Amino acid sequence: MSWKKISLVFLLLIILVYTCFPFYWAIVSALKKAGTGTFIVEYWPSEPVLKNFIYVLNRPAFGSTFFNSFLVSTLTVLFCLLIALTASYALGRIQFKGRTVLLLGILGTSMFPQVAILSGMFELVRSLGVYNTYQGLIMSYVVFSLPFTVWILTAFIRDLPIEIEEAAMVDGANSYVILFKVFLPLMWPAMVTTGILAFIGAWNEFLFALTLTISPEVTTLPVFMASFRGESEFEIPWPNIMAASVLVTIPVLIVVLIFQNRIVKGLTAGAVKG
Amino acid sequence: MKDRSKEDEVADININTVNKYFGDVHVIKDVSLDIKSQSFTVLVGPSGCGKSTMLRMIAGLEDINSGTISIDGQVVNDLPPKQRNIAMVFQSYALYPHMTVFDNMAFGLKLEKRSKDEINERVNEAARILQIEDYLQRKPKQLSGGQRQRVAIGRAITRKPKVFLFDEPLSNLDAALRVQMRVELAKLHNELEATMIYVTHDQTEAMTLADDIVVLDTGIVSQKGSPLELYDRPNNMFVGGFIGSPKMNFISSKILSKSSDATEVDIMGMSKISVSKMSASSSEGDSVTLGIRPEHLVVNGDADGSWESKVFVVEKLGDVTYLYLEKDGEPLVAETEGHSEIKVGDTVKVGFPAGRCQLFDSSGQAFK
Repeated sequence: MSWKKISLVFLLLIILVYTCFPFYWAIVSALKKAGTGTFIVEYWPSEPVLKNFIYVLNRPAFGSTFFNSFLVSTLTVLFCLLIALTASYALGRIQFKGRTVLLLGILGTSMFPQVAILSGMFELVRSLGVYNTYQGLIMSYVVFSLPFTVWILTAFIRDLPIEIEEAAMVDGANSYVILFKVFLPLMWPAMVTTGILAFIGAWNEFLFALTLTISPEVTTLPVFMASFRGESEFEIPWPNIMAASVLVTIPVLIVVLIFQNRIVKGLTAGAVKG
Repeated sequence: MKDRSKEDEVADININTVNKYFGDVHVIKDVSLDIKSQSFTVLVGPSGCGKSTMLRMIAGLEDINSGTISIDGQVVNDLPPKQRNIAMVFQSYALYPHMTVFDNMAFGLKLEKRSKDEINERVNEAARILQIEDYLQRKPKQLSGGQRQRVAIGRAITRKPKVFLFDEPLSNLDAALRVQMRVELAKLHNELEATMIYVTHDQTEAMTLADDIVVLDTGIVSQKGSPLELYDRPNNMFVGGFIGSPKMNFISSKILSKSSDATEVDIMGMSKISVSKMSASSSEGDSVTLGIRPEHLVVNGDADGSWESKVFVVEKLGDVTYLYLEKDGEPLVAETEGHSEIKVGDTVKVGFPAGRCQLFDSSGQAFK
């Protein structure tokens, strides 16, 4: 092995440790006993215990907030993809005045930090009467994931050969047939990629969930995790929080692993013709 | 598919003073064309001449700025492609990548809500004609270029359109396959008895396939006629130069004298020739261009006028030999027999048969 290769492997190892260590630390901490043991630095748990996981799983709100998170994230993805698909067809294929301005505007809205629109969103949700409901959460999440999704899908649709669309038009297809029967099957990589990013975004979201929901019947996992209290007001129950973190990461991992093959294709698709 | 009970000689497609602009660019200028039912018409011209745009306007993929296009007597200006009873074959095949060959060919029929049996029957018949029966369950990416083009043609055939539109369908294929597919397209036209309009920049394809060739030059019809009409009697220098390979020789010349039925011109001050072609607007002393095809020049033989020059390049193709000559900056290509003894540096005498010469005036228009 040449020096070049060795240094490359070394670099990769550093990056691997850098990206994976926090997750590893969460697992190790989750296996520790509560109390003073939390603060002993250990890279390998000497006395692993599962009681933190059991504690989290036994909390009554865990099941309901888990279900809420899953439902809200999934519906966010579905609505987001449906709206973005139709929007990107128009933005990518139809010539109209102000298209570029519109696209830049869409991109511009995604630059606002969440905090900046939090109060506005709160008022909007209240006035629509969807405070503390799934609809309110889903709506705000869709608003946040749409710009990115529309942008990516528009770029992807633009790269699809125009002749395929024209062939379909000659074959007698209308816009909906072209979009759903011809383009959609070709767009799965982009759909999966953007869908997963929207899912992760909604799954991890904390600020809106905390502000727009109040009861455990509606709220999501991140809010549930933040509600953990220690024995006294001076103690933060790190092992329990870590156990919950590990548990809530698992569904995302599963989703990513299932679609992993398609994500990779999606990220490179459009970069090279053919 | 021979259920076309239409009267012959009816202009199936009528294009009437059509104009097309792309922004400020005037790409089609007052074009009028009649395309006969069941004919094979080839639109030919260099890139940018508007031939593909013409085809796409007939297909309904481009709007028309003014004028009318009618198919079978019906004005189709505002009809979408699917209501025009046409099918189109694209240069890039434009197959649906996620569908099998069968589904690609059945897609249009499914949209027309045909019965399953009818779809099966039509797709299988098209597959039989095109000899792609073995690939029906494959995806386009598993096929070679030639097979893909067959599928694209099959997709057009299954819909039994009145008009087939081909947009440079063979230009993505290699030379050998192109010749083979060309022959098959000619056979297909006989078999289907359909109206076909074919766009190409390849004059060989135009000559071999067409009943009628339409030569387009920067948005206008330069000439329309049968292949041999265009070959023998080009209307202008553009058509003369475009049809035929190697291209027609053009030699600048002067009118020496005019009679009632002939024009006498000089050949580079070496010889005179009297060509039986006239132009009312010409007079003695006018500059003209003499056009003659390489295959009509007589090398080292007798002819009505002649010219001598050194040979610069010899191209031996086996069946013929091309000699590249030059005098005072005027290049000339002459064709001679395959096993010619002529070498580079030799001086040859080139004879001009008067009957084969064309004359063009200073604006490029042919003498009649």
